[in-house]
Amino acid sequence: MSLHEILFYFLSLMALVCALGVILSRNPVKSVLFLIATFFAISGHYVLMNAQFLAVVNIIVYAGAIMVLFLFVIMLMNLNADAEPQKSRLVQFAAVLSGGALFLVMIAALKTAGIHAEESKIDSSGEIGLIHNLGQVLFKEYVLPFEVSSVLFLSAMIGAMVIGKKEEARTEA
Amino acid sequence: MPIQHYLFLSLALFSIGVMGVLMRRNAIIVFMCIELMLNAVNLLMVAFSKMMGTADAQVFVFFIMVVAAAEVAVGLAIIVMMYRKVHSVDINILNRLKH
Repeated sequence: MSLHEILFYFLSLMALVCALGVILSRNPVKSVLFLIATFFAISGHYVLMNAQFLAVVNIIVYAGAIMVLFLFVIMLMNLNADAEPQKSRLVQFAAVLSGGALFLVMIAALKTAGIHAEESKIDSSGEIGLIHNLGQVLFKEYVLPFEVSSVLFLSAMIGAMVIGKKEEARTEA
Repeated sequence: MPIQHYLFLSLALFSIGVMGVLMRRNAIIVFMCIELMLNAVNLLMVAFSKMMGTADAQVFVFFIMVVAAAEVAVGLAIIVMMYRKVHSVDINILNRLKH
């Protein structure tokens, strides 16, 4: 086994275990921490595929910004494991069954998909994931979606502020 | 690594996200499981981008992250507002949006 394979299996195991921790832990704060660990494992996969720009952006945006937002909201609400509502055993069993069925069906459908072996080797060579190449593609071919996404951010910012405003302030205005 | 390994890993992560959405009642955890599903798709798209040798899929992953960030801001604002009204993040209570 090469170093690349060992790292791949280690990161895969870490991602799967931490993802299971997200949905199984009773304490919401622990769920957030497990999800951050999952994102770090996925960033490790990006590094293995030499997609360095996305690895850094994944850590900065997801683990750094989005999960801190989740953590702050959970701490503001003061949720703990005792107040955690639980679905009934039957519903939980059905959820696991349907998730597993989805997994099996997709595996069965994709196992025989015609992917040629010679072009399906994923290694850490190539330079398409580096910031130079991605910047060229982003600002040459996708410059319009890039600018539209800034409008999306503006509307999301205003929307979050309007929704999150206190109720009294809205009735007075 | 063959592409099939990445395919199976992404499928497993996506299925775990689906299970979490179906089995939890805390709205914030459900929201986090949706983020997990988005990340599983991102991982597969980067693997396919390596397989095809083009950078377009990685630009799409970048845009998925952009949209996810905007979605989280609005979604968490909605959850905070509902928590102020009904003092709970239980989705069985949140399904009565009118009252």
